[in-house]
Amino acid sequence: MDIIVCVKQIPDPEIPPSKFKLDIESKKVVPPEGIPPVMNPYDEQAVELALRLKDKYGGKITVLTLGSEATSSIAKHALAMGADEGIVITNKAFEDSDSFSKAYILSQAIKKVGDYDLVLCGRQAADWDEGLVGSIIAENLGLPLVTLAEAVDVANGKLKVKRVILDGYQVFTVPIPAVVTVSNEVGRPRLPSGWGIISASQKQIPVWSVDDIEADSSKTGASAARRKLVKLFIPERERKCEIIERETTAEASIELVDTLIKAGAI
Amino acid sequence: MADYKGVLICGELAEDKITTVTKELTNTGRRLSDDLNQPLSLLLIGQNIQETAAEAISFGADRVFYIAEGLPFAESLPEHYVAIIASVFNQIKPSIVLLSHTDMGRDIAPRLAASLGTTVCMDCIELEIDADSKSLLQTKPVYGGNAMAVWVSVNYRPHVVTMRPRSASPAQSDPSRKGQIVPITVEIDESTIKGKLLETVKEEAKGIKLEEAKVIVAGGGGIGGSEGFQLIQELAQVLGGTIGITRVPCDEGWMPTSLEIGQTGHIVSPDLYFAIGISGAPQHLAGCSGSKCIVAINKDPEAHIFKEADFGIVGDYREVLPILIEKCKALRAT
Repeated sequence: MDIIVCVKQIPDPEIPPSKFKLDIESKKVVPPEGIPPVMNPYDEQAVELALRLKDKYGGKITVLTLGSEATSSIAKHALAMGADEGIVITNKAFEDSDSFSKAYILSQAIKKVGDYDLVLCGRQAADWDEGLVGSIIAENLGLPLVTLAEAVDVANGKLKVKRVILDGYQVFTVPIPAVVTVSNEVGRPRLPSGWGIISASQKQIPVWSVDDIEADSSKTGASAARRKLVKLFIPERERKCEIIERETTAEASIELVDTLIKAGAI
Repeated sequence: MADYKGVLICGELAEDKITTVTKELTNTGRRLSDDLNQPLSLLLIGQNIQETAAEAISFGADRVFYIAEGLPFAESLPEHYVAIIASVFNQIKPSIVLLSHTDMGRDIAPRLAASLGTTVCMDCIELEIDADSKSLLQTKPVYGGNAMAVWVSVNYRPHVVTMRPRSASPAQSDPSRKGQIVPITVEIDESTIKGKLLETVKEEAKGIKLEEAKVIVAGGGGIGGSEGFQLIQELAQVLGGTIGITRVPCDEGWMPTSLEIGQTGHIVSPDLYFAIGISGAPQHLAGCSGSKCIVAINKDPEAHIFKEADFGIVGDYREVLPILIEKCKALRAT
């Protein structure tokens, strides 16, 4: 099974909130010092799901990412995990592109890759937390879509997809090719092996421009954005924590119950 | 653009009743409609729902559109919902389409926006009509909740928006309200439906549902393994509550993923929330910040959770919890 996985580089979402800074004027996030950007964790889980399918059915995994040549580090990471090929698509206007233009560019790139049975995307990117790109790609390419998958298998020439819902799961079948967005229930992605890291370092990451994928420039960049950001701010904390300190933890624990009774909480 | 008027809510039903999240949407939709001086419509899809449709008027809808026949509801595919909503949209041309950020809304809103060629904003916690421009200000948490973004749409209609559950209070019933109930039919070209839903499996939560719990005792990565959750369970039990988890116990397979509280799991608002061995990542707080009282227990005095809690103990949960359990048991006995 040939699989295309769309991955995105984002600021590390695991940084402590105290390190999270904004530039209010420019409405941008200030990258935390000394903490390198990472592959969106949900996308990493999409790569993991692709690798599980490859382990079972064979085939080729191609990873696509938008950005600059610097973004190729996440494509390398996917290669080190076991993907076969990585491609970076560059465009000066990406910064200000919305999900629709990003999905458009990825759709064009997917068409250029050509042969595929499945397109995987993370359920959302942990920066803007929207969860749109995979669904728009499906619409653009006229492909069936299943969102929030925790497992994918093949049965009778179709994809069988287990979709996570709040209190259980659903099972869908869709014809091949299809688009599937991947949820965190997939679990921890594998770590790159030593051999994987070495072989990835020797691979070239082709860089495609918007011309290579025959993208219509009127559909990309800030001028094509369907909405605009008017404000970005850090929400104020509403709570003030009373730390209960006593000689021993046991005493503090007893005091906590009394405090909660007084506060009317229990 | 002036041709688009009013607000359309895509309602959700559970056992033919309007769900709480849909009542929350109705509350928000009513306010937006009043500010725009335009009608509020509610779409309901299901069988035997005439009575429910009438009830929806009392919650604030001016018009209720309902579809009760001719569709295979047992196997309701997202493609069906999108086709239905798109068809209703074309009949009434609302300027705002509201969905809840639920399993259904998360899936359908992006498809709907893409198929209508319009814009969409996911997981909003606040919607407001700008007094001067009359545009819809859409506020949503970004970067896992570290920041808030306010968006406006540029020349695209309708605004498709999903709203996070519990970000508004549910609309209250007012039986004196008047409105129109409109049964509608929608033709769906079945040849465009590519997928098939084989089954929906609901893992019946034993005991109290997280969304309805008054007390939740939640454990995170600091619990260290599945054994530690016995103490969590015990405390929940003596307090008449239920248990929840963060991403770490979910990823590590210590506990079932269906218990996860946070941005990608349950959104809860109990009276009392215990965060035990939880560092306090914004992605988790997104699911519990609506709690009335948050108690944090963590070994690490620097843990971010202490900035987001009302009361805290810096200490090992293995020491704290047995004492809490014992004291609460004694309280129960008196």
